[in-house]
Amino acid sequence: MRIADLLAFNLKLIERQRLRSAMLLAAIAISVMAINLLTGIGEGGKQFVLGEFNLLGKNVLIMLPGKKETTGGIPPLTGETTRDLTLRDAQAIARLANVSAVAPLIAGKMEISHHKLSREAFTIGSNRAFFAIRQLEVAQGKALPLLPFEQGQAVCVIGSKLRKELFGPKPALGQWLRAGDSRFRVIGILKDKGEGLGFDMNEAIIVPVANAQALFNQAGLFRVFIELRSLDGLQQSQQRILALLKERHEGEEDVTIITQDSLLSAFENILNTLTLAVAGIAGISMLVAGILIMNVSLIAVSQRTREIGLLKALGCPARTVALIFLSEASIMALSGALLGILISELLLATARGLYPTIPFTTPFWAQLGSALIATVTALLFAAIPARKAANMAPVDALLDKKAGQA
Amino acid sequence: MIELQQLCRSFQIGDQCVHALDHIDLHIERGEYLSVMGPSGSGKSTLLNMLGLLDTPSGGEYRLNQTATSQLNEEARATLRREHIGFVFQSYHLIPRLTARENIELPLILAGIAPKQRKPIIDRVITRLALTDRAAHVPSQLSGGQRQRVAIGRAIVMKPELLLADEPTGNLDSVSGREVIELLEELNDEGITLLVVTHDQAIGVRAKRELKMIDGRIASDSARPAITPQLAP
Repeated sequence: MRIADLLAFNLKLIERQRLRSAMLLAAIAISVMAINLLTGIGEGGKQFVLGEFNLLGKNVLIMLPGKKETTGGIPPLTGETTRDLTLRDAQAIARLANVSAVAPLIAGKMEISHHKLSREAFTIGSNRAFFAIRQLEVAQGKALPLLPFEQGQAVCVIGSKLRKELFGPKPALGQWLRAGDSRFRVIGILKDKGEGLGFDMNEAIIVPVANAQALFNQAGLFRVFIELRSLDGLQQSQQRILALLKERHEGEEDVTIITQDSLLSAFENILNTLTLAVAGIAGISMLVAGILIMNVSLIAVSQRTREIGLLKALGCPARTVALIFLSEASIMALSGALLGILISELLLATARGLYPTIPFTTPFWAQLGSALIATVTALLFAAIPARKAANMAPVDALLDKKAGQA
Repeated sequence: MIELQQLCRSFQIGDQCVHALDHIDLHIERGEYLSVMGPSGSGKSTLLNMLGLLDTPSGGEYRLNQTATSQLNEEARATLRREHIGFVFQSYHLIPRLTARENIELPLILAGIAPKQRKPIIDRVITRLALTDRAAHVPSQLSGGQRQRVAIGRAIVMKPELLLADEPTGNLDSVSGREVIELLEELNDEGITLLVVTHDQAIGVRAKRELKMIDGRIASDSARPAITPQLAP
């Protein structure tokens, strides 16, 4: 049989048995689509979590008060005297050679009000450097002014959601807010940004750190962000900062420094589990897809046993019969897989439009794997019954003996 | 052309062995016109399938054009079928999605003949069978008689020497049945060897040579009158 005739024969089959072809095509397309959508959503979630950690630059260290023992062993039984991390500590760190910026941080919930509207908001006390380190952008107005650490000023920058809730459609810049027993003038509004490390910056208010100390009546810092000039000597810089703090804290090393790497490695288990979950989802959907395609292919071929009998009676060798069925199955499988990938890409693009913060994308391995699994199952489960029918005595296939005896 | 020697075909049904063909000897010359009659289950369809190489014998030998077929593999048998044998079935066995023309063309396609060479052959067959204005119709749009004509067209398009017809008029009314049988007889007049399996006495007697089968044996053959004991003159 000539290749062109084989193609024409198969195309006629697809064109003139529309329902059957549509069914097989749909089965393959839906299967491939399911795999791609599920892995796309899973990957999107994973990338989202990873992206959250990447919000911190690689050259940013986070210092927390207190020593977290991570090496195991018996925890210290004697009560630890945890000294506060103070603004003076932060200032000392800022003077170190490799340190380019330091952002002290005090945070807490605080009742914020404007005229009669009031709301509990996440209140952050920090400085100008905080904006650069946390990659916060100001949509209107400006960031906090450059001030010495200990000097306060009655100004604040607020998140976009907080602005909307307190001011509605009215302009907020230059207006006064009340927080606790202090008043702050709004000098900037943050650009809309999703959550970062658990803080929803859209609902936050940022004031100078000295003001926050007064507001919360607390001298100790919640944490200190330290930005290094370069990544080289990250380890040494960490050592020097720790040594400095030890010296300042009467020989006791009572702070913990977290790097992005250590944060990521701490979350590695979670990320690995997430990857496994995505792979599991992909695996299950591939299995379901395979069985779906298998059933439709089996039905398609067994309906045509009589046709196989006829082809054999007309002198068509078993090899050609198998070729006819395999080539038809490949055409269906490939176009079905392509269709499935196309639809899933379209849906994921729509999802990205709706939720821009989550990067829904199907990894290449899932696209390739789904197309491969669809093609292989479609071929396999067209090949097995076709082969069986092709090897039947022509007379049995013509009468479709299986059905006859049942 | 055809030589059957002690040909057997038995089926196992349950624990009973049924002899559909029981040691058959048969010789058919080129250009003969035979009918095979007999009650249901007498083995006439099995005989036709055997002659058409659709089935394999359990014993004995079948020579087609001096070729012993019992030792041939399925591929070689397929080639013999393609080149020497045409089939006409009671239920037509047309492919429903293909037009009349495409159904007739199918054997040529399977044989790998180029489209340019196919066209004049099919045109001739379609004209010969008076199907010109039905050529673009699919089987469901054709009458029974037309369907059987398409099936005959498909059977003869490869110019076989042997045409095997299994109850070719079984699904047809008497008028289209007669047309079909006359068409087959015309083809026989043009030189094709024709074997018709039928229930219908009226069709059976039209053949030049009549075989009657009972219980897997040829009970009578009009070419070889039974040797009945004769009284000495």
